[in-house]
Amino acid sequence: MSLIKLPELDGAGWTCASCDEPLVPMARELEYLDSKFTVELPTCPKCGYVLIPEEIAIGKMFRAEQLMEDK
Amino acid sequence: MEQKELRAWEARCVQEETVRCTAACPLHVDARTFCKLMAEGRMDKAWAVLAKVMPLPGVLARLCDGPCKAACVRKDAGGAVEVDGLERYCASAAKPVAPPRPLPARNKRVAVLGGHLAGLCAAWELARRGFEVTLRCVDPGGPLRDLPEAALPKGALDGEIESLARLGVTFEACAALTPALLDAELADKDAVFADGDAFPAIFDGCGLPDPLTLGTQRAGLFASAPGEPSAVLRAAAARRAANSVDRYLQGVSMVTARELEGPCATRHFTSLEGVAPVPPACPDGCPDEAAARAEAARCLQCQCLECLKGCAYLRHFKGYPKVYARQIYNNESIVRGTRTANKMINSCMICGQCEAVCPEDFSMADLCLDARRTLVARGQMPPSAHEFALRDMAFADGGRCVLARHAPGTGSSAYVFFPGCQLAASDPDGVAAAYADLRARLGDVGLMLQCCGAPAHWAARDAMADDAAAALRARWEGLGSPRIIAACPTCMQELARTLPGAEIVSHWSVLRTLGLPDGAAGGGSLAISDPCAARRAPVLRDDVRNLLSGLSVDAAEPRFTGETTPCCGFGGLLSEANPELGLAVARDRAQSMDRDWVTYCVMCRDMMARAGGRALHLYDLLFPRVEDPAGRPAPGYSERRENRVRLRERLLREVWNEAADHEAEPFEAVQAAFTEAAAQNMETRRILASDVRKVLLQAERSGKHLLRTETGRRVASFRPAVVTYWVEYEPADDGYLVHNAWSHRMRIKGGQP
Repeated sequence: MSLIKLPELDGAGWTCASCDEPLVPMARELEYLDSKFTVELPTCPKCGYVLIPEEIAIGKMFRAEQLMEDK
Repeated sequence: MEQKELRAWEARCVQEETVRCTAACPLHVDARTFCKLMAEGRMDKAWAVLAKVMPLPGVLARLCDGPCKAACVRKDAGGAVEVDGLERYCASAAKPVAPPRPLPARNKRVAVLGGHLAGLCAAWELARRGFEVTLRCVDPGGPLRDLPEAALPKGALDGEIESLARLGVTFEACAALTPALLDAELADKDAVFADGDAFPAIFDGCGLPDPLTLGTQRAGLFASAPGEPSAVLRAAAARRAANSVDRYLQGVSMVTARELEGPCATRHFTSLEGVAPVPPACPDGCPDEAAARAEAARCLQCQCLECLKGCAYLRHFKGYPKVYARQIYNNESIVRGTRTANKMINSCMICGQCEAVCPEDFSMADLCLDARRTLVARGQMPPSAHEFALRDMAFADGGRCVLARHAPGTGSSAYVFFPGCQLAASDPDGVAAAYADLRARLGDVGLMLQCCGAPAHWAARDAMADDAAAALRARWEGLGSPRIIAACPTCMQELARTLPGAEIVSHWSVLRTLGLPDGAAGGGSLAISDPCAARRAPVLRDDVRNLLSGLSVDAAEPRFTGETTPCCGFGGLLSEANPELGLAVARDRAQSMDRDWVTYCVMCRDMMARAGGRALHLYDLLFPRVEDPAGRPAPGYSERRENRVRLRERLLREVWNEAADHEAEPFEAVQAAFTEAAAQNMETRRILASDVRKVLLQAERSGKHLLRTETGRRVASFRPAVVTYWVEYEPADDGYLVHNAWSHRMRIKGGQP
């Protein structure tokens, strides 16, 4: 499965509060209905907490969800 | 959907039926397109429309007597369009066109005996079909040559005789048409057509030809009957005979499926509503182009599209029911690929307006509900379409909202009041006042608070609807199956379906009998909006108008009212599956009158309020409580839930003297305030305050959250079921201030809360 990169998301300006670690782009798996993707997302390198920023959730991600719902 | 079902659906939509003028025309000229092009001044294009179907167009267009005019819809609004006059003008103004290219050669030889109009037309039609045609006549044109120049210029006839030659017709002159010549041609050729006007002796001893086939008692001989005064009917006879020759030489049935030849019936419908009468621009022939264009512009460009006039949904998807039926059929046939009709299927308001206005009763509601049922059965229903609404239904049917009680101090109920879960959600005080009034005046009136099941029905979740109906029935039977007083027209409809045999009366009927409650206040002029669920309930609509009259309200009727009333945009779960369109529908309705509205469905009221309109629910007049109720904002999703819960708790406390029996869940203790921006985003994104509190509780308990360095605000996520919610917040005095919230349905694998 190819890795989807979102260059606008580098995690800059975000830290994981409990680990006190800056977020870094890491490959994470997302799934919806019968589809899976590997996407590079800002992640805490220590505990793995992922950030899905607002603009991604209501933008690219929403459009992808709608597309998959009609597949 | 089986193909047979598709055909049945398609057949009910008349938009693609042949328009009346074309059906009435013996040659099926597309007079609608012809008039459109003429009105636009595109004479050459208009001529091409005639030349496409008329044999010898330069002759026939000048001799046509316009039999279409008797069928013209415009005839009752100023007079039929003078299509014959337009044809004559076009014939003189347009550039002549070459005759059509014949079909590939059939290698069959046909003789045409007689060159009057029918003979010339038959030669044209047969040559077009690829037959090798020999025209035997004394003088091509015959009596056509005797017509005055003004009626038929000689050049026009000669031009078309040249066209016949270009079509491949061979002219063989003869001194006379005789029985011997006929015998010789019948022996020599594969078939013969005889022009009955030029060769009347042909019928001696054998009678006129069969009207359907124009066949005679001699095999291979076809003929037109003599004496037909109408030129266009003579041309139609020639076409009919050519079709018969074709069938005869192919050896197929001479009689089947010939209904559409010549003037035929059509179900096409065009309404004259709103069409101003305009008299013909040039009843005695068009003197110039301006007059011809003005006359052509009187053509109504007939369309049915009755259903589109009052339905923003049907207009939005750019088709009409026949097209939608095909799209749904195709949608269901897709194995791999995108089902592009899902949105259209899930946007129908299931309101029945189209069925009420359609000349053939086409029901998009039935079509779309069936399509939704198929999507659900195949597991292909988009989860995001109805899930939020079904969660809301489950909440309204849950322990915190449901109540089924006899009136306090009574052990039985003659009636039970069923206000409906949306009225409880939007106007809990109105429900409390209405229930108090009913008890005061009717005595033993029980109360049922719950959902009627409409969302499950609209979402085509049959199993869920059945379960909800069974629970509803059990509660109602538990009260002794009393007569139901329903305040919501949709509830009335649903209850009638799920509780067959139950006696259901509307609150409005009851009030009409009891009289207005104390304190009821009206006056003024209001636009009345019938809810779509009242479409088939004339008594209900009459009761409401009677109450309004008793309240001295001057009720103004909008264009679409009563049986043709539109939906507000909530029905069928449109506002969930397609929120933008739902709001657009509500805005359309709200803006269609120049005054405040009054309605008797609280969702209609709230949808119009959401769309920026001013609307009252009848309870606002019957049980006045607030200043300017028409300006009351529609409560948001969270507030609606809270209103239901609080109504139940309040009634238990005030009416039954009981404390609330609900054990609060831990997330309910989380103190959260919301900025205006956050509240707005939550509403449009359908994120409930309870969902946000669950995120905050999860973050608080786990200590897990992210920090935005720039603002110092926290962000945390939680997925209680199938949606992941994100909250941006900061700690406040004794809880949290929420700045934003968003969500997604994709799941992050690997332990994300």
